[in-house]
Amino acid sequence: MNANEGGAAANADRNPYLAHHFMDKFQQDDAVKMGMWLFLVQELLFFGGLFMAYISMRFYYPETFLQEAMAHLDWRLGAINTIALLTSSLTMALAVRAAQQGKQKQLVPLLAVTAVLAVVFMGIKYFEYSHKIHDGLMPGIFYAGESLSAVEAVNHAPQIFFSVYFMMTGVHGLHVLIGIGLIGYLMWRATKGELNEDNYSFVDNVGLYWHLVDLIWIFLFPLLYLVK
Amino acid sequence: MSPQTANTYAHPEGDLTPEVNYINATKGIKSWLLTLDHKRIGIMYLGTILSFFLVGGLIAMGIRAELFTPEGDLFTAATYNKMFTLHGAIMVFLVLVPAIPASIGNFILPLMLGQKDVAFPKLNLASFWIYIFGAGFLVFTLINGGVDTGWTFYTPYSSDHASGSVVLTLTGAFILGFSSILTGLNFIVTIHKMRAPGQTWRKLPLMLWALYATSVIQVLATPVIAITLFLLIFERILQIGIFDPSMGGDPVLFQHFFWFYSHPVVYVMVLPAFGVISETISVHSRKHIFGYMAIAGSSVTIAAVGFLIWGHHMFLSGQSELQGAIFSFLTFGVAVPTAIKNFSWIATLWKGSIRWNTVMFYTLGFIWIFLIGGLTGLFLATMATDVHLHDTYFVVAHFHYVMMGGTLFALITAIHHWWPKMTGKMFNETIGKITFWLAFIGYNLTFFPQFVAGTQGMPRRYHQYVPEFEVWMQASTIGSFIFGLSLFIMLGYLIHSLFKGVKAPHNPWGAVSLEWETATPPIEHNFHGLPVCTKGPYDFDEIEEVA
Ligand code: HEM
Ligand SMILES: [Cu+2]
Repeated sequence: MNANEGGAAANADRNPYLAHHFMDKFQQDDAVKMGMWLFLVQELLFFGGLFMAYISMRFYYPETFLQEAMAHLDWRLGAINTIALLTSSLTMALAVRAAQQGKQKQLVPLLAVTAVLAVVFMGIKYFEYSHKIHDGLMPGIFYAGESLSAVEAVNHAPQIFFSVYFMMTGVHGLHVLIGIGLIGYLMWRATKGELNEDNYSFVDNVGLYWHLVDLIWIFLFPLLYLVK
Repeated sequence: MSPQTANTYAHPEGDLTPEVNYINATKGIKSWLLTLDHKRIGIMYLGTILSFFLVGGLIAMGIRAELFTPEGDLFTAATYNKMFTLHGAIMVFLVLVPAIPASIGNFILPLMLGQKDVAFPKLNLASFWIYIFGAGFLVFTLINGGVDTGWTFYTPYSSDHASGSVVLTLTGAFILGFSSILTGLNFIVTIHKMRAPGQTWRKLPLMLWALYATSVIQVLATPVIAITLFLLIFERILQIGIFDPSMGGDPVLFQHFFWFYSHPVVYVMVLPAFGVISETISVHSRKHIFGYMAIAGSSVTIAAVGFLIWGHHMFLSGQSELQGAIFSFLTFGVAVPTAIKNFSWIATLWKGSIRWNTVMFYTLGFIWIFLIGGLTGLFLATMATDVHLHDTYFVVAHFHYVMMGGTLFALITAIHHWWPKMTGKMFNETIGKITFWLAFIGYNLTFFPQFVAGTQGMPRRYHQYVPEFEVWMQASTIGSFIFGLSLFIMLGYLIHSLFKGVKAPHNPWGAVSLEWETATPPIEHNFHGLPVCTKGPYDFDEIEEVA
């Protein structure tokens, strides 16, 4: 029963990746995994607020959402981005497998491909954003798209569509950027040989995070680009 | 005192009050500020929370002083608005939300589970520093023009009209949310994955059930306020218009968002308080808790139903009557598990061997005060009466009874109950009991008259009022100063005990939950080896002898 009995001396043969307050590696990995899932739940609720704002605003201004989305969002760019993210999810999943099996040679390239695809995603987003900003399609008071009178602006509210658009894709984009940072960090650790079959929880967790970011985009894409 | 060694935990050194313990094992300020030890983190939280309580409390004294007379003579209306806003924001976000879980909870949770630490010690330290960072923003607003939106930040006032550092306050509250989420996450994982061998869910102390339910709310509700505040920050800076009617947005949507978090968060404040009371009432009446499963289950039920009743804050916001009726009905529903707890506590006392000590005094004080707070909640949950009572002093009195009287009294109870464990010292019982009466009378004198003033129509958040209310307001102000005095006396005798107090025996209350099995104060790693849990947390020896 007294698994941890005897302090440091008896623990000399403990797994070096095992923290002192866990009984064994199994318990530790289990705890880490559960912590990550809870974090993802938290993320979902965070985005939930944005989706709720979307639903309300679309409910108030159905025509606006239809018109603005059709006129100003290019579904082809959105589709390319969707493909980029979905593929990156695949390479991420493969990277996790490589780490679990200790296949160091595959791990770094797979992570690199994932990161590159993420950068492609952000590049296209950058292109889309600058295009909109150029056209004055901005949130709230910064909206300068068409010469609407103040009354018309309130009734038609194109600025609200762009508020929702920028908030949702902005927060999502921020998550992609954080993901790129995390994947870069993983690559750095991997080149040092620190991620292997004895220590892959971190790869696992970044993987889960990445799938969530992907999943949220899967919802954003139809809600924003494919409104019919 | 018979040592309670029924749980098979052997003390290798046999030393139950060791010279080297978590307090003096390592020295220097850095060994505290960067510690990963949940006990030290808990103590740092406690110190910080109490400091903010002092700041918030001093502002409250200012508010009460202003209300001593009907005229607005001490402060201008604008200053007064800033005072109650900061008072509310500090008390809610910096004091009540982390009050019990982050301080006492951090300290005892791993001990109660027979573990060496929480699941993620670094995350625990991070959430402390995130808390400090967020708190910095709120404190900075104090010297940077203040805010006058009220702690509820209703739009469009907060987005378009309010002056002062609204964005700073919102950012502070936003950051504080993450501290709360991370603590909750840490606790859930720890309780799930790290229990002593033999410690089944049915052998968990009720404090842990309460902390568990609390943590679930923290993880599920806090992200919603985070995104709300995030949107509001952008609303304020960029006028994105989602909540702003002049841009086509919906201010009531803001209220929905806000209360979707802020109603459940009242249970973040009060569920841990229930947990504390469940422990102390059983330990200090030497009797197995009545209705263990009912109390545990009601914590979880409250957490769940608590998510469905936010609309009771919005009966007058223009939501549909049907919606209002549903929210009203569900709100009544949440009173049921709350009542189950109350009845169980009272039933625990029945035929117990009650110890008339300070902890028991505060425990009973809590039950009394929370009963009034909970029952007056029902007046507010009734739509027809809420039309009259909404935004009056009745609401103010209601939430002070449940939050200050509930959470704060329970925090005081917890501090006294676990004081020997945390510090290794005993406080003076006589002064403790006298101070209780001062606090209890002062407290009720402060807030009970507010119910009366409220029913007579005195609105909240005004710095002047008609002379009819003067007598109630004066009673309240006098009460608040008595209450404040009692808290200073408490601080005095507790600090005194640190230096001059009697050395605490290892298990002064004869409790049987695991935190009392280890040394007092605990050693750095809590236990030598892993304790095994064979007994329930309320299976006192005496009971078995009788049975
Ligand atoms: C039986 C349980 C309870 C019921 C039925 C209840 C009901 C209500 C209702 C209907 C209101 C809205 C009044 C109005 O604005 O017109 C209210 C306000 C409030 N309640 Fe409760 N409540 C209960 C317990 C609690 C607890 C346990 C807490 C906190 C620990 C709490 C904290 C608050 C706060 C902070 C407000 C006012 C918020 C504000 O407007 O600033 N309540 N309560
Ligand atoms: Cu409520």
